[in-house]
Amino acid sequence: MTTAQALATRVKEVFGALIKDTRVQHGEVTCDVDAANLVKVCNRLRDEPEFAFQILVDLCGIDYSAYGVAEWNTQDATGSGFSRGVQRADDAAYHGAVAPENRFAVIYHLLSVANNMRLRLRAFAPGEPPKVDSVIGVWSCANWYEREAFDLYGILFEGHPDLRRILTDYGFIGNPFRKDFPLFGHVEMRYDAVKKRVVYEPVKIEPRVLVPKVIREDHRYLNSGENAE
Amino acid sequence: MAEIQNYTINFGPQHPAAHGVLRLVLEMDGEVIERADPHIGLLHRGTEKLAESKPYNQNIGYMDRLDYVSMMCNEHAYVMVIEKMLGVSVPLRAQYIRTMFDEITRILNHLLWIGAHAIDIGAMTVFLYAFREREDLMDAYEAVSGARMHAGYYRPGGVYRDLPDSMPKYQTSKWHNAKEVARLNANRQGGLLDFLDDFCSRFPKYVDEYETLLTDNRIWKQRTVDIGIVTPERAMQMGFTGPMLRGSGVEWDLRKKQPYEVYDRLEFDIPVGINGDCYARYLVRIEEMRQSNRIIKQCIDWLRANPGPVMLPDHKVTPPSREHMKGDMESLIHHFKLFTEGYTVPAGEAYSAVEHPKGEFGIYLVSDGANKPYRLKIRAPGFAHLSSLDEMTRGHMLADVVAIIGTQDIVFGEVDR
Repeated sequence: MTTAQALATRVKEVFGALIKDTRVQHGEVTCDVDAANLVKVCNRLRDEPEFAFQILVDLCGIDYSAYGVAEWNTQDATGSGFSRGVQRADDAAYHGAVAPENRFAVIYHLLSVANNMRLRLRAFAPGEPPKVDSVIGVWSCANWYEREAFDLYGILFEGHPDLRRILTDYGFIGNPFRKDFPLFGHVEMRYDAVKKRVVYEPVKIEPRVLVPKVIREDHRYLNSGENAE
Repeated sequence: MAEIQNYTINFGPQHPAAHGVLRLVLEMDGEVIERADPHIGLLHRGTEKLAESKPYNQNIGYMDRLDYVSMMCNEHAYVMVIEKMLGVSVPLRAQYIRTMFDEITRILNHLLWIGAHAIDIGAMTVFLYAFREREDLMDAYEAVSGARMHAGYYRPGGVYRDLPDSMPKYQTSKWHNAKEVARLNANRQGGLLDFLDDFCSRFPKYVDEYETLLTDNRIWKQRTVDIGIVTPERAMQMGFTGPMLRGSGVEWDLRKKQPYEVYDRLEFDIPVGINGDCYARYLVRIEEMRQSNRIIKQCIDWLRANPGPVMLPDHKVTPPSREHMKGDMESLIHHFKLFTEGYTVPAGEAYSAVEHPKGEFGIYLVSDGANKPYRLKIRAPGFAHLSSLDEMTRGHMLADVVAIIGTQDIVFGEVDR
């Protein structure tokens, strides 16, 4: 039994129903946690000496709304032929792919210096706007990471003392990393010589897909990925 | 007597000691910092979003531009996570080359850091010295990849090509006569490994030079000793990694604790600080340069003795050679598919981290089975370090802010992404 599997088993034994699902993939342990139990689980993972996850290595948001949506049909594409003029899958398709409560998740990467282990937690953020509890009380470096996830995905962290935008411009509108936010954005900026100030205008660039996103399930990939550890 | 009020000053974003585009809003009580509020994001390019719209190999170039003073280490984390998800392993020679270039990159990074840090706190000379050595290492980058900074040399499955047998040489010109050119080319007669070997034999003496300029320097010590002290407990709470964590006395180095590539076959030591102040972190980084030199030396010896392939021969992931592509139908198909569509990575998620010169640089990759990343999260060490700036500067003088930014080794390419 590898260390990852041993850790997964221990986590399951100790936390029981507090953790919904535990997986081992590529030698890494991932646990799904309900947003309601998140802080409780995190506190115990940090304080119990057999885990001792003292460092929050990373915290990030993710938007699952386009998961598995390809721009190019590889199964029966011959009927319509292969075209290079691919359109980005439209927003309706993006929205239909997952249930709203499974759209946003927050992912925590923990590191235990004492035991030399890593653990990944995933908490789905239900609701609109999506909301989870802040873990600043557990790891103080969560502060900026949560601001980043709030900025880019619009996930609210309850209990965060200073939830401001961090990476985007002052006065930015929207959550740029959501899958329904176009890559080129909504506005462009230039200096207007007449008005003698910087003005914002709707973007003029036409969005286009350079390389279509394709999902292949060839024989090439049968013995890797989900089946591999 | 007039009442003294707290006031707020704006530091940066155009300030030479801000190491890029850091805007700091400082609340001051006289000359003492009450609160520091870093405003970041002025260099935000949305790398993670851009990566979602490009096939895997086209994103390698973005990785160089994250932490633009330690280019190959960024690439390393990215190609490692792809290799992990594809389940491929890299030829041993490529692993040694990667290890060697990771350490070259570490020296490159620490040289820039020591130069910039010293010039920030008033020691001009070190900067000039450090850039003299950086020049040689940049030449090594150039010889192997064609680019002096943004190399794009690591690929999933190995490295782009083997080490060259000859080094580019200086030519005589209006500015350099034949005698001077002969002097400049003296260590460029052999291949890249000879050039690096020569560098490795010279480098420890250069580090001694930096140390004579700084280690016992009274001004340097006055500016760094007991400045920005972080206890080990706080360092872990604030998500420190790399020299910032080791400076506080926590012995943690991914190269030793979770070895990747061939670090478990090499001999080197991990320096650990005691006080957790700027001076301790300075000493840690100086010693890291010496240890990196040791690692490079061992890699050179191994690489000399063991020729072999540097790229995986699996053409579902790595392109076939140009020669094969021209003559062999299957190679042509592979080549075409790889460069138009790329390879698809099996669905799942993985995280890979390397011991980057600044700390733990990790890539978290979520794939839905497509030829592009579904979600790519870059874990940049500088982001966590900078977020602690408020706590580290509180109660210090305004001039110490510069020392603390310097000791954190901030580069905005990775903080803002």
